[in-house]
Amino acid sequence: MYLDGKDITGGYGGSDIIEAMNLSVDQGETVVIVGPNGCGKSTSMKALFGMLQIRTGQVSLAGADITHLSPQDRVQKGMGFVPQTQNIFGGMTVAENLEMGAFIRDDSDIAATIEEVLELFPVLRQKYRQAAGELSGGQRQQVAVGRALMTRPKVLLLDEPSAGVSPQVMDELFDRIIDITATGIAVLMVEQNARQALEIADRGYVLVGGRNRFHDTGAALLADAEVRKSFLGG
Amino acid sequence: MMDILNALIILGNYIIIPALTYGSQLALGALGVTLIYGILRFSNFAHTELMAFGTTITIFLTWALQNAGVSIAPLPTALIALPFGILATVTLVLATDHLTFRHYRKVKAKPLTFMIVSIGLMFFIGGLVRLIIGSKDQIFSDGARFIFSARAFKKFTGFDEGLALKTSQGITIIITIIAVTALFAFLNRTRIGTAMRAYSDNENLALLSGINPERVVMITWMLTAVLATLAGVLYGLDKSFKPFIYMQLLLPIFASAIVGGLGSPLGAIAGGYLIAFSEVAITFAYKKFFGYLLPDALAPESLWQILNTEYKFAVSFVILVIVLLIRPQGIFKGKSI
Repeated sequence: MYLDGKDITGGYGGSDIIEAMNLSVDQGETVVIVGPNGCGKSTSMKALFGMLQIRTGQVSLAGADITHLSPQDRVQKGMGFVPQTQNIFGGMTVAENLEMGAFIRDDSDIAATIEEVLELFPVLRQKYRQAAGELSGGQRQQVAVGRALMTRPKVLLLDEPSAGVSPQVMDELFDRIIDITATGIAVLMVEQNARQALEIADRGYVLVGGRNRFHDTGAALLADAEVRKSFLGG
Repeated sequence: MMDILNALIILGNYIIIPALTYGSQLALGALGVTLIYGILRFSNFAHTELMAFGTTITIFLTWALQNAGVSIAPLPTALIALPFGILATVTLVLATDHLTFRHYRKVKAKPLTFMIVSIGLMFFIGGLVRLIIGSKDQIFSDGARFIFSARAFKKFTGFDEGLALKTSQGITIIITIIAVTALFAFLNRTRIGTAMRAYSDNENLALLSGINPERVVMITWMLTAVLATLAGVLYGLDKSFKPFIYMQLLLPIFASAIVGGLGSPLGAIAGGYLIAFSEVAITFAYKKFFGYLLPDALAPESLWQILNTEYKFAVSFVILVIVLLIRPQGIFKGKSI
C-alpha cells in the first residue's frame, strides 16, 4: 500500500481517540472512511497526516516510515490535505489560492498545473480573478481541492468534501474525485454521506468508537446487510 | 467671488495641506501597526518607540553629515541619513523579535501575552532612545523651508490670503505615495507578499501549503521597521523630534489603524487621513474663514473654534469610541491583510 497506517493508537492530549487503527490507500484507488458521528473518522485521517499525537503504531508512505514527520514535511513528501472547514484563503482570488497551493514548488511548470486544475473544475476559470470567499459552497470546495492538487500530490486526503453542499453539487464533486483518482493519485476521504461515498469507493472502512469495524470493497459494504442496517439507514 | 476663493485658500493652507501631511504620517505609522496585527495577531505598543528609535539614528547621522558639510539642498540632509536609520530599525526589530517574540511563538502564547511583551519593549526602546538622544526637543531639518511660501503665493496670484507648502510637507506626501504604492505592489504582486496575505488570511492552510511562518514574520517586521522609520523621520522633519511627543502619537496611530479596520492596509491609510482631517478641522479657528463668507454684519467675533488644540487627542479618542460602537470591525473589514 502506498500510504499505510498500521495499528495506530493516539489522541490530542490525555486520552486516546483512536485505537489499533489500520488504514491504507494505494495509488489509483479511492478509499472512503465512514461511520457514525464521533467515531474518529476525521481523527484517524489526521493521524495519517501527522496532526495527532500517535502513541503506538506506524505510518509509512511509499515504504518509508513517516510516523514522526510534521504535516508540512508530509506535504513536501507528496501528501495533500483538504481540511473540512477553512480550507481556502477566503480573502484572496481563486488564482492566488492556486498559486499559494504551489508555494513549495520551485519549478516553472506551475502554470501547467493550474491549467489542469481549471480543466478539472471549469467553473473556476470564470471565477479566476474573484475572491474565493465570495464563491458558492460547492465552488469553494473545488478551490480547496484545487489548491491541494497544486503541489501535485501522490496522496490526497479529503475531510468531508461534501460538507455543506447540495446533493447535485456533491454528485458533481464525487465525479471529479473519480477523475482525480484516475490520474493515479491515491485518494482517501472521510464522508458523512456514507452511501454515496461508498458507491464511488474502491474500498471502504467503517469505524465505530475509534476502532476498525468493517473493511471491504465499496460494493461489498453496500451489499452487507449489517452495514446497511447499522450505518446506511437500511 | 474673490471672498469665496480667499476662504478656500484659508482652508487649503490651514486644514487641507497640514492634514494631508499629518494624515500621511499617521497612515505610515498605522500601516506598521496593522501589518503586525494582520500577521502576528497582536497590537504592537512599541510601534511609536520604533518610530522614535529610527528617527534618533537618522538625526545622529544627519548631524554627522551636516558637520562633514554634506548637503543636498534644497532637500533636507536627513533624506541621505534615512536609509541608515531604516537599517538600524530593521536590525533592532529583528533582534527584539529573536530575543522575545520568537520564544512566545514557540510556546504558542496567547495574543495578550504578545501585547504585554510589546509594552515591555515599548519601555525598553523608549529608554534606549532617551539614553541616546535625551528627552529634549531636537530640530534636524535643513535645506529650503518652503516649496512655495505664503508670500510668494500672494505675490504670484494676487490673493489676500496665502497658501504655503513646506518642503517637509511636500516630501511627506511624495514619500508616502511612493511607500504605499511599493507596499501594495509587494503584497499583491510578489510571491512572498502573496504568501504574507495567505498567512494572514488562513494560518493553518498557509502552513499546509508549505509557507514558512518564520520567514513571513521576518519580512513583516522588516516592512514594519521601514514604515515606522519613514513615519518617524517625516513627522520629525515636519514638526520636531521629541521622545514624549512620539510616545503620545500612539493614540492617533492606533485610532487610525482601528478605525480603518485592524489588519487592513487600505483601512490604515483611510483611518490615518480620517483622524488627521478630524483633528485639524475640529481644532481650527474658523473666524477668518467665515469672515470672508458671511456679510460684515454677521462676521464672527469669537474664534469659532470647536475645540482648543490642547484637546486634539480627544478627537482621535472620540472617533475611536464612535467607530467601536457603530462598526467595531472598522471602515474596511479588518482581520487579514
